[in-house]
Amino acid sequence: MPSLSPRSHTPMMRHLISAADLTRDDAVLILDTAEEMARVADRPIKKLPTLRGRTVCNLFFEDSTRTRISFEAAEKRLSADVINFAAKGSSVSKGESLKDTAQTLEAMGVDAVVIRHGASGAPYRLATSGWIDAPVINAGDGTHQHPTQALLDAFTMRRRLVGRDTGLGRDLDGKRITLVGDVLHSRVARSNVDLLHTLGAEVTLVAPPTLVPVGVESWPCEVSYDLDSVLAKSDAVMMLRVQRERMNAAFFPTEREYSRRYGLDGRRMAKMPEHAIVMHPGPMVRGMEITAEVADSDRCTVVEQVANGVSTRMAVLYLLLGGAEFTAPASPRTTEES
Amino acid sequence: MSKILIRGAKVLGGEVADVLIDGEIIAEIGTGLAADDAQVVEAEGQILLPGLVDLHTHLREPGREDSETVLTGTRAAASGGFTAVFAMANTHPVADSAGVVEQVYRLGKEAGYCDVQPIGAVTVGLEGKKLAELGAMHDSAAGVTVFSDDGKCVDDAVIMRRALEYVKAFGGVVAQHAQEPRLTEGAQMNEGVVSAELGLGGWPAVAEESIIARDVLLAEHVGSRVHICHLSTAGSVEIVRWAKSRGIDVTAEVTPHHLLLTDELVRTYDPVYKVNPPLRTERDVTALREALADGTIDIVATDHAPHPHEDKDCEWAAAAMGMVGLETALSVVQQTMVETGLLDWAGVADRMSFAPARIGRAAGHGRPVSAGEPANLTLVDPAYRGEVDPADFASRSRNTPYEGRELPGRVTHTFLRGRATLVDGKLA
Ligand SMILES: [Zn+2]
Repeated sequence: MPSLSPRSHTPMMRHLISAADLTRDDAVLILDTAEEMARVADRPIKKLPTLRGRTVCNLFFEDSTRTRISFEAAEKRLSADVINFAAKGSSVSKGESLKDTAQTLEAMGVDAVVIRHGASGAPYRLATSGWIDAPVINAGDGTHQHPTQALLDAFTMRRRLVGRDTGLGRDLDGKRITLVGDVLHSRVARSNVDLLHTLGAEVTLVAPPTLVPVGVESWPCEVSYDLDSVLAKSDAVMMLRVQRERMNAAFFPTEREYSRRYGLDGRRMAKMPEHAIVMHPGPMVRGMEITAEVADSDRCTVVEQVANGVSTRMAVLYLLLGGAEFTAPASPRTTEES
Repeated sequence: MSKILIRGAKVLGGEVADVLIDGEIIAEIGTGLAADDAQVVEAEGQILLPGLVDLHTHLREPGREDSETVLTGTRAAASGGFTAVFAMANTHPVADSAGVVEQVYRLGKEAGYCDVQPIGAVTVGLEGKKLAELGAMHDSAAGVTVFSDDGKCVDDAVIMRRALEYVKAFGGVVAQHAQEPRLTEGAQMNEGVVSAELGLGGWPAVAEESIIARDVLLAEHVGSRVHICHLSTAGSVEIVRWAKSRGIDVTAEVTPHHLLLTDELVRTYDPVYKVNPPLRTERDVTALREALADGTIDIVATDHAPHPHEDKDCEWAAAAMGMVGLETALSVVQQTMVETGLLDWAGVADRMSFAPARIGRAAGHGRPVSAGEPANLTLVDPAYRGEVDPADFASRSRNTPYEGRELPGRVTHTFLRGRATLVDGKLA
């Protein structure tokens, strides 16, 4: 069993803003911790007293029910008090709202802030501007980063490709991962490239050239415009969401053409190795980027990814907030109080 | 009238001389000058330059007096060694009529810290659709010679052509903010390695270069002169160099910050580095410095863009674009151009006084430092070293990227027509 005391490792950073900030040891520690947290989910009483008395605020400037519920479940399973702050309709043109909100939360004495924001860099600003002192966890910012998504994806890959128990303490050395779709606008792609590289995987991005950012040549990955040529050597194929509004901006000619060139259907899935998995951060647009046949196959991990998201976020919260009450992983204390 | 004797300064960085100011003009230049009734300024080790001229300043008045006023902006200008500034037209209301430019001109006169030459808008309301009354602004008391929609690009090729043609009637010049609007939709920083990583909307170099290429060809076609504001890319330099070699009447400017800073700084997500055009790469900085040295880029212009604290104390996407620059311009030029050996002080005088005055037709400014000329002068102590402290700024806004950074050089004295506006680094 790995040690679950963060103090026995290189201390984690105070905030989690970018997957690029994680060392290999940090990342493996989070994945191992998440594996222990997952055991809690298997118990009849899915709760630990770890963050009892601590207040975590989910500060969502951008709608994302899935991510918010995942964080909220993680926080509640660790017995934290949860404040949900949805800054609905608050636009970036009203720039003061982030600072004002941060200072309000500071005054209320929150112990951690989980922030989702439409503007790239907003969590970094929150963590470094001096507006607030609490640890900041990035739950997705603009087209920049979504580090807990990358962690839950890596967790899912390690379980499937290395093994639930055999994976403990290990990274993704030598695994070949392909990300397909709108890389340009995808914080999931950016986070995954960073983290998967740190964990030793070989990453290939596949997209039409219009959806690959200028400057991608500095990323630690390969880029291909041809999906069919990379499928046979992929251990995992992760489909990225393509927003329909992109079509109006001439990133590709038609939905049909996109689907033909970059969609994943049964014919393409058959080119993948037997053991290879299909991933998607959700919500899936069936038909265009992935066919129902693929989405419903047992090689598709979308449902697992959701469950793994809670365990992974529990691990991040636990490690960042230094949950001192967490005892030996074999016999975690549980509690019914809320 | 009062007399001032500046003793022992290196004129344009060259020969040591004494300079006697009598009233509004330079009376005598020589060695061992004496004048019993003169106030003496000991200037040993200092450089005497012609008063600096900024062809690109935002004074924000009328309309955004919380950012800057003509008074605070010209005090900042005097602190930075400037004796004349050209005030951009993107005020509220827009300086697109004789009434507004005359108001700005009059406010400059009343303030008395430096001459304010208003720039007129090219199009009504900066909307890019209909020519403003360029002739009326020229004929007004303000005597407008430079026209610009700065902040916005005159992107309609026909409007740009007409403006270039029309101002020929009175020797005006159109100063273009080169930014192809469609290529920069949602753009927040230079498009490249850093924008890809940070997930900020990319602002491609070609958006600037394609407009410059179009405009120099238009200027050639109609036989007019065009001025390109704030070049920021190596490619822009190449186009201007080509245009000049072809004999096209084009001039160009670069800001101090584009001579020093790169887009790597945006990794901090600190909006103090958010500026239009955006900070580019090391390669661009190198090309801009070389182009300023070899004369491809004619002048340094500050693009002094004051914004109140709250417009910058927020997340990157929400922040206003721009930085103040009047008070640090000469120091940045000293560091990037003089101390690198690319330009001597006579070269600095050319790029920051003679040439901008010539392009903008600023009467009485950018004149030789010789007897009989108006006494518009600036004294610089090049040996000074110190950290920039925005608290010292005269500008109403403090959005400087240099806070805490050590920059060389310090303007000690500024003289506007023989009257000291800055004495020992303090506003008079
Ligand atoms: Zn401009």
